[in-house]
Amino acid sequence: MLDLTTNTGGIISPNPFWLASAPPTNSGGQIERAFDAGWGGAVWKTLGSPIQNVSSRFGANKLYGNIEPLGFNNIELITDRPLETNFREIYEVKKKYPKHAVIVSLMVETREEWREIIKRSIDAGADGLELNFGCPHGMCERGMGSAVGQEPKINERITSWAKEFSTIPVLVKLTPNVSNILPHGMAAQAGGADGVSLINTIKSIIGVDIDRMVLEPRVSNLSTNGGYCGPAVKPIALFMTGELGRSPDFRLPISGIGGISTWRDAVEFLLLGASSVQVCTAVMLHGFRIVEDMIEGLEEYMRAHQFDRVDQLVGRALPSFSEWGNLDLNYDTVAKIDRTSCIGCNRCVVACQDGAHQCITVGAELSESGVRFPVVDESECVGCNLCQIVCPVPSCITMESVADPLPPASWNDHVAHGAQLRAKKGVH
Amino acid sequence: MWKLPAPALETSRSESVFEDYKAPYDDQQAAAEASRCLYCYDAPCIKACPTGIDIPNFIRKIATGNVKGSARTIFSANILGASCARVCPVEVLCVGDCVYTDAGIPPIQIGRLQRYATDKAVAADWRFFEAGPDSGKRVALVGAGPASLAAAHELRRHGHAVTLFEKGTIPGGLNVTGVAPYKLRAEDALAELEWVLGIGGIEVVTNTEIGKDRSWASLGEEHDAVFLGVGLGPDRSLPGADIGGVHGAVAWIEEMKLGTVSLAGVTHAAVIGGGNTALDCVRELLGLGVPSVTMVYRGDATKMSGYAHEWDIAKKDGAHAVWNATPVGFAGAGQVTGVRCTGAAGAFEVPAQLVLLAIGQSKLGDQLAGLGIRTDGGRILADADGATSRPGWYVGGDAANGGKEVVNAVAEGKRAAAAIHAFITGGGHA
Repeated sequence: MLDLTTNTGGIISPNPFWLASAPPTNSGGQIERAFDAGWGGAVWKTLGSPIQNVSSRFGANKLYGNIEPLGFNNIELITDRPLETNFREIYEVKKKYPKHAVIVSLMVETREEWREIIKRSIDAGADGLELNFGCPHGMCERGMGSAVGQEPKINERITSWAKEFSTIPVLVKLTPNVSNILPHGMAAQAGGADGVSLINTIKSIIGVDIDRMVLEPRVSNLSTNGGYCGPAVKPIALFMTGELGRSPDFRLPISGIGGISTWRDAVEFLLLGASSVQVCTAVMLHGFRIVEDMIEGLEEYMRAHQFDRVDQLVGRALPSFSEWGNLDLNYDTVAKIDRTSCIGCNRCVVACQDGAHQCITVGAELSESGVRFPVVDESECVGCNLCQIVCPVPSCITMESVADPLPPASWNDHVAHGAQLRAKKGVH
Repeated sequence: MWKLPAPALETSRSESVFEDYKAPYDDQQAAAEASRCLYCYDAPCIKACPTGIDIPNFIRKIATGNVKGSARTIFSANILGASCARVCPVEVLCVGDCVYTDAGIPPIQIGRLQRYATDKAVAADWRFFEAGPDSGKRVALVGAGPASLAAAHELRRHGHAVTLFEKGTIPGGLNVTGVAPYKLRAEDALAELEWVLGIGGIEVVTNTEIGKDRSWASLGEEHDAVFLGVGLGPDRSLPGADIGGVHGAVAWIEEMKLGTVSLAGVTHAAVIGGGNTALDCVRELLGLGVPSVTMVYRGDATKMSGYAHEWDIAKKDGAHAVWNATPVGFAGAGQVTGVRCTGAAGAFEVPAQLVLLAIGQSKLGDQLAGLGIRTDGGRILADADGATSRPGWYVGGDAANGGKEVVNAVAEGKRAAAAIHAFITGGGHA
């Protein structure tokens, strides 16, 4: 029997799928509909001092004619609704959904303001707090958001205030706008946080209106940098999640965020050490309904891999996250092209010739349908994967291990005790 | 679990020569098409589906690699989702309403995607549904076609004991005996049928015709409710049709699907009628190699009830039509040589060594008059839930709607099952 129940730093939710603090969690009505659709938790849109938002607020990065954005950005600030309204709705949601996790995201300045807003959040019935030390646009100009997250000492100090005032778990939401995530995770840990969530958005300019010569999203004749999110940021978020997850010094649970759109994305974050995941962009684009597929897909994955509980897969890919110097230089693969499924587009040929190591050529042979097969010179193939990546036919190009390799040897082995390395390929 | 008698089907059958008109998708094709779907909200395709399948949801699940979940979404709304994927006239239902059409972009191939997911489910025997705890209630379903199967499955999920009574030797109804083989062949219909019956506890009694082998009254007495999924009766005929080489269309199609039909010496065939059965016959005869096939219809192309997209395909296959023609008799001595017609230009003859009559089927409802079940020209009358004028007796499928698609029969069977459940568990019925 599968159990999707999740515990992230003491915050329990019926499944690992939370809504990130963002427009989808702006109101109680939205969060109630989200819980009805199947979401296990929601991080309420950040509460703080009064602000006013601009028009317009969002921009998208679309490739060619694609409808689905690769990336997304926003210049919206924290909640613009009265705090009283938010707290009343938090109370109502918790009363109606006692088993779902409601985490309140907070962003204020002074110690007294933190004391006050934490008390009100707890009084409203929140299950946890998330300190927004990540927002990279607008609020950081006022010394909040990523301005806090980029300074480990300030991060630690405010985290320790929050822990002092809070009787419920405290997560620190980290900004990716730093060169090394680890000191920032460690600062949250030193401040006593119960967990971290990452990543917040990445400082970005989503595009330029080339006729008006004004940045997007345009606010009259000006714009400003926004926070980048969506599928394009997932690799960065995975890296930072894995970087914290594999550090022996970092011991806090992680709520993973960044471009999660499907159950597969979620599984990747779990395997790299996240114990829950947060979603925003995919919901902004398609609605709360996507969670049905996410839950089903996760369940099927767990059945297929014989996991009963979500925590059994948390961090399972971390042992494979190593330094380059430890990689086996004698591991040798070459591209094999399946002629029966090749459709003759020759994308692999041009990619290999112009972008890689010139081992694939258009062959002389013609198939029955007149397709000229690409041919791999295996003695020159460095096994880079580029051809497989550009191939439009799944499984047509496979990367296969070369038989009878030398014993495994890394660069570190080679430097330390002269381990024998295989002859280089593609070097002229 | 109920198993088909072995061997259920003849090994050599005329329908076996047909290939799929719409070939199944492989993984790559399915992924490419699924990724194109806009995942509309409150989508027109859902509204166009009589069974209300959540189409954008099942397509997104294919795109994310959750094919099992995709099949679950389909079968939850339509337990015959595999056959409907092939048989549905999607051009006038879901696909016809795809929003892409308005944008001048080819619509999503919903039927083929549905087939992709449901074929995998049936082949791998993925199970999504369980019988409910035994309710102690018994329901008889007369006829074992799509309407009865949909109702039976739904009733089993509520825990009721259900028995299907089938007058023939093989259950499945027109899904097995009547669908054009370039859409669905009998063996695929039977594979899905076995998968549906896999829920367990659905008793199938074959070779038993109610009203003949046992009485309608006893059926009512021994069950808490009765569902009438009896379909339609024999093909309508024309005067003089007892000559050799003239067949009722539905009977001929059944023979073609379950056995073999002889087309020796047939250079010209004629199909009388302008409905979808007529169009099926035209395409089938051409597919079986008859060189010249002519459809004889009393109206013109704008009046025929057959789908325009089917006629377009038939024309491409080489079919001819004689419009505004009234058949008045058959030429030939003992064996037909032509159809005698009258039209605006006077009398003429359409040469044919084989003639199929696709001018409708008789209706079976009148035999129920003694039970106080109201009918209209043999069609059994019912409310929106399929309740007939006799309490506890319900109807769905062709017997009620006069002859529509498989997907309509499934929708009606499902709705009737919900009403039957309410009725026999004391929920009452308006």
